[in-house]
Amino acid sequence: MSDKTSSAFIQVNNLWQQYGDQVVLERLNLSVNEGEFCTLVGASGCGKSTFLRLLLGQERASRGQILLGGQPLAAEPDASRGVVFQRYSVFPHLSVLDNVAIGLELPRSPVLGRLFGGAKRQAREQAAQLLGKVGLGHALDKYPSQLSGGMQQRLAIAQALIMQPRVLLLDEPFGALDPGIRKDMHALLLELWRETRLTVFMVTHDLAEGFSLGTRLLVFDKVRLDPHAPNAFGARITYDIPLNSDRRAQRAAVDALPAHLSGKLQPAL
Amino acid sequence: MRLINRHPERSGRLMLVLLPFALLLFAYFIGSAQRLGDNPNDKLLPSASQMSAAVERLAFTEDKRSGHYLFWQDSAASLKRLAMGLGIAAVAGLCLGIAAGSLPLLSAPLSPLLTVLSMVPPLAILPILFIVFGLGELSKVMLIVIGITPVLARDLEQRAREIPPELLIKAQTLGASTWTLILRVVLPQTLPRLLIALRLVLGSAWLFLIAAEAIAATDGLGYRIFLVRRYMAMDVILPYVAWITLLAWLMDLGLRQLTRLAFPWYEGAKV
Repeated sequence: MSDKTSSAFIQVNNLWQQYGDQVVLERLNLSVNEGEFCTLVGASGCGKSTFLRLLLGQERASRGQILLGGQPLAAEPDASRGVVFQRYSVFPHLSVLDNVAIGLELPRSPVLGRLFGGAKRQAREQAAQLLGKVGLGHALDKYPSQLSGGMQQRLAIAQALIMQPRVLLLDEPFGALDPGIRKDMHALLLELWRETRLTVFMVTHDLAEGFSLGTRLLVFDKVRLDPHAPNAFGARITYDIPLNSDRRAQRAAVDALPAHLSGKLQPAL
Repeated sequence: MRLINRHPERSGRLMLVLLPFALLLFAYFIGSAQRLGDNPNDKLLPSASQMSAAVERLAFTEDKRSGHYLFWQDSAASLKRLAMGLGIAAVAGLCLGIAAGSLPLLSAPLSPLLTVLSMVPPLAILPILFIVFGLGELSKVMLIVIGITPVLARDLEQRAREIPPELLIKAQTLGASTWTLILRVVLPQTLPRLLIALRLVLGSAWLFLIAAEAIAATDGLGYRIFLVRRYMAMDVILPYVAWITLLAWLMDLGLRQLTRLAFPWYEGAKV
């Protein structure tokens, strides 16, 4: 199903995850190239969110390993992987602007976790620029609780992207939004994905969303099932469907361009 | 209309708020007038003029022996002890609570200890405090600190645990270390809760203060009340109690306003 080239950006080898007797994932193999947009679908409790948590480093696998760029994945969350959850993705005590600027402040100030003077102004300018791009330019001074659900998720996406992560993990990010807002968010996400070399993993319950957004749809399901012990076997990826070939081709064409040209096509965030 | 659906109107509400206070005062002064009518030397329920004379004597006349204005001296001494006790307890409670609430390695030894310590009745160990810290200011401040720190720490530990794990993970993906995560995410989110917890323990803090002053002190509001008790000077005790109540209420109000001003995001984020 998945091609096992050693040059794959993310390589998952024989991954198992179990909690006590309950096996959630078993013998999961996957290789993903940089820049792919993978949508993860499957029934509730089939392990797609668990897989996302493993990619994030929030949990450690019982067996097997995940390689990112040939190196084993760091065992705790770090700046190389951005994340947007369905809820609680933004800091309620920071303004919209500071919610994004904090991503620039934290790595640069190990003692106080905040910048001052010119450095702070610069970080805020950079944050404001990105926020303008996701459509929050008018709400810089508001607190997240004053924003609608869609606006909060825009903020969460901007917050993740300010770090310029190599991988963006989305755990049902639009699950709580109205259909109209959801459509706007899809457009925004695709636009941002096109502009960056981001590899995206997105868990969704909405099959249509999975098909329309991804360049690759991964279906999680159990292949073995013991009716007397429903937890004895875990899920794996049962279908791996390439999608939206036009977008994939476009991405491949950009990648094929010489670096000095393709660099110009990807505006720095 | 059902009772649960009937709300007081704006003007009516104020009247309903004031009514119980007015009734209490009314009942007191009726009783006072009656007793003083029967016996002009009665000391139990002094009249308003007797109480104001006592306040005049203590607050606006120099004490003949010491040359101080006793009422203000007492207030200053008590407030200083209370402020020190609350301040130390707030800092200690905040540090302990955040440490136990956000670091699993510290939570294991700290949480059960705090739970047990908060069960020790502080007044029962007051003699130990007097023996260890002497009869000076330190033992009175320590009683307040020991009495309310475990309560504050346990409350803040709980609040620190209630921060959604998603936020802690998010902060890590934004490049936070353990230290900066505590500094920029956990601390700002527990500070408003600290102010609320302080409001809740204000009553206990006053209790411990008055108790310590009653037993060993040479000034302070609690000292004065227990001193004049010997002469059954209700005309002094009642204004002092009212003054303490007013101070406690003002502190509560101040903390509430401070929460609103310093953490404008807090009310909205709770929903």
